[in-house]
Amino acid sequence: MSAAGRASAGWWWLILPAFLLLVVFYIAPIVQVLAISVTEPEPGLGNYERLFTSGAVQRVILTTLRICVITTALALLLGYAIAYAITLATPQAQGWWILAVLVPLWISVLVRAFAWVTLLRRQGLVNNTLMEAGLITEPLPLVWNEFGIVVGMVHYMVPFAVLPMLASMKEIDPRLLAAARGLGASRGAVFRRVFLPLSLPGVIAAGVLVFIFSLGFYITPAILGGGKTLMVAEWIGLQILDLIRWGLGTMMATMLVVAILVTPAIFSRIVDLRRIFGTGA
Amino acid sequence: MSDLGGHALALSGLTKRYGDFTAVDRVSLDVARGEFLTLLGPSGSGKTTILMAVAGFVAPSEGAILLDGRDITPLPPERRDFGMVFQGYALFPHMTVAENVAFPLRVRGLSRADRDAKVRAALDLVQLGFFADRLPKQLSGGQQQRVALARALVFEPNLLLLDEPLSALDKKLRAELQEELKALHRRVGRTFINVTHDQEEALSLSDRIAILNHGKLVQAGAPTDLYERPRTRFVADFLGKSNFLEGTVRAVVAGGFGLEAGGTQIVVALPPGIDAPSVGARSVVSLRPEKVALLLDGDVADNTVEGRIAGFAYLGAGFALRVDVPGLGEVRATLPAWKAPIAPAEGLTVRLGWAAEAAVPVEEDGR
Repeated sequence: MSAAGRASAGWWWLILPAFLLLVVFYIAPIVQVLAISVTEPEPGLGNYERLFTSGAVQRVILTTLRICVITTALALLLGYAIAYAITLATPQAQGWWILAVLVPLWISVLVRAFAWVTLLRRQGLVNNTLMEAGLITEPLPLVWNEFGIVVGMVHYMVPFAVLPMLASMKEIDPRLLAAARGLGASRGAVFRRVFLPLSLPGVIAAGVLVFIFSLGFYITPAILGGGKTLMVAEWIGLQILDLIRWGLGTMMATMLVVAILVTPAIFSRIVDLRRIFGTGA
Repeated sequence: MSDLGGHALALSGLTKRYGDFTAVDRVSLDVARGEFLTLLGPSGSGKTTILMAVAGFVAPSEGAILLDGRDITPLPPERRDFGMVFQGYALFPHMTVAENVAFPLRVRGLSRADRDAKVRAALDLVQLGFFADRLPKQLSGGQQQRVALARALVFEPNLLLLDEPLSALDKKLRAELQEELKALHRRVGRTFINVTHDQEEALSLSDRIAILNHGKLVQAGAPTDLYERPRTRFVADFLGKSNFLEGTVRAVVAGGFGLEAGGTQIVVALPPGIDAPSVGARSVVSLRPEKVALLLDGDVADNTVEGRIAGFAYLGAGFALRVDVPGLGEVRATLPAWKAPIAPAEGLTVRLGWAAEAAVPVEEDGR
């Protein structure tokens, strides 16, 4: 090794503490979880077999996927509208819009979940208002079901959908939109043929982000689902904390990790992830 | 591309105000069918605002825009059927060259077969047929510029608007594309309106130039008219280079007058159609540097002055001299280098001369 090579190798010692911290507190526990999933209650792939044999396991996975897909779709739809409005707003208005998008992020997820419960429960604001207005005679089942979970999750996810989409919309050269109109496109055609396709990388980025985030959601589904609709994270908690079935719980946790790794891998084949997450030019 | 002839455009008292600022001030201008008109002016002269108003992106505060006599002022841009080449081209980055060119046809609802034929014809017109399936970012600046031209012409627009179409290119390529643009104009026979701050581009491309300053139309006319007979000092200064000689009118005769400037008597011939100034009045004349000759012993000219060379620059094709003339100040002269009668040197005393027809009286620009 040359002197210069030795000198540069020396610098690597400086990141050793960070590396050890990551191994001890992050990688080791994950490896342990993986290990438990193939050793408890007995060594082998018995836990993973349950993916194909157990109706309960399959139901939890399907429920989670369904809620995540619906949440992602709704968050993207709402987020797109908000990001579009922000892009078109004046610079001063943009500041206020972005503040309005970010403020909910600073409020505890627990507080927001309980706030939705008070709004959506049988004697909540929404049902009371509708009943007093005479629109319904019986309270609607708005919470402690999938509907409630989706409402709470969409509310949480919209800012995460807005920010990547806003970033990609701001990159669009406004002259392109003027050019499209000058070439004979109506406002609708300009949006459909120029703005929408150019903002698509941001939409996909936001979609991946929101979907992955939704997969492991715990508090919001636990509170707004009322224990009746189980998503994966709550189910894992239930297996490990209440039923002491470590093998089954860690198997599902492993599947969650795999899903989180696989989703971006799939999308990276469709679009350039580096462009989406902003590294590189 | 079939030649349907151009359309005529007229601006009538066009005015655009932004708060207290008047960007365009009562501009009236006629653009004839098939004409190549250039709006020329420094930045902030209102030329781009006028183009944007013609395109429909800027609503005028006052005045009207007429296409073949029909008022189109309230029409939105997509209803005007004007082709436009934007500054920086504004090609759609997510579409191939062919898709870019097909865009105006697609939004007009043409069938695929019609579209393909017209796109091919337009790309052939700008010699880019081979590049149909490339993305804009894979093309050079000059090629992108030609795609923008093809896209603006493919739907046979009423008018082609060009916003500084060549400003992003380097000098050599710019000269090349100037010629192409001129040839293209001749081939398609449509009305072109070009905006630029580059006076050489304006002179070489245009049938007619409209010179703007501070939002006002200063002078419009054929390039030679504007260059040879600038109406105001601004026009003479902006279009090419000029010496300005200021003095008092001492004598007026048929077809000319005598000017006393800094103790020097200068004879000025009046071009036809320009009124002679009255005796005793102040007058400014513009004198192009290339019309000033360096005189050797025995050479004669209508006007001669003597001075010392204060500085000179060798430009390859010629020498640019700055000569200090007592009383007159600095007089600039350009000489063709290959037949310069002397080797210029600083401090050298030289005799300069020019014909009576070389100098043109100009008005001072009012603000």
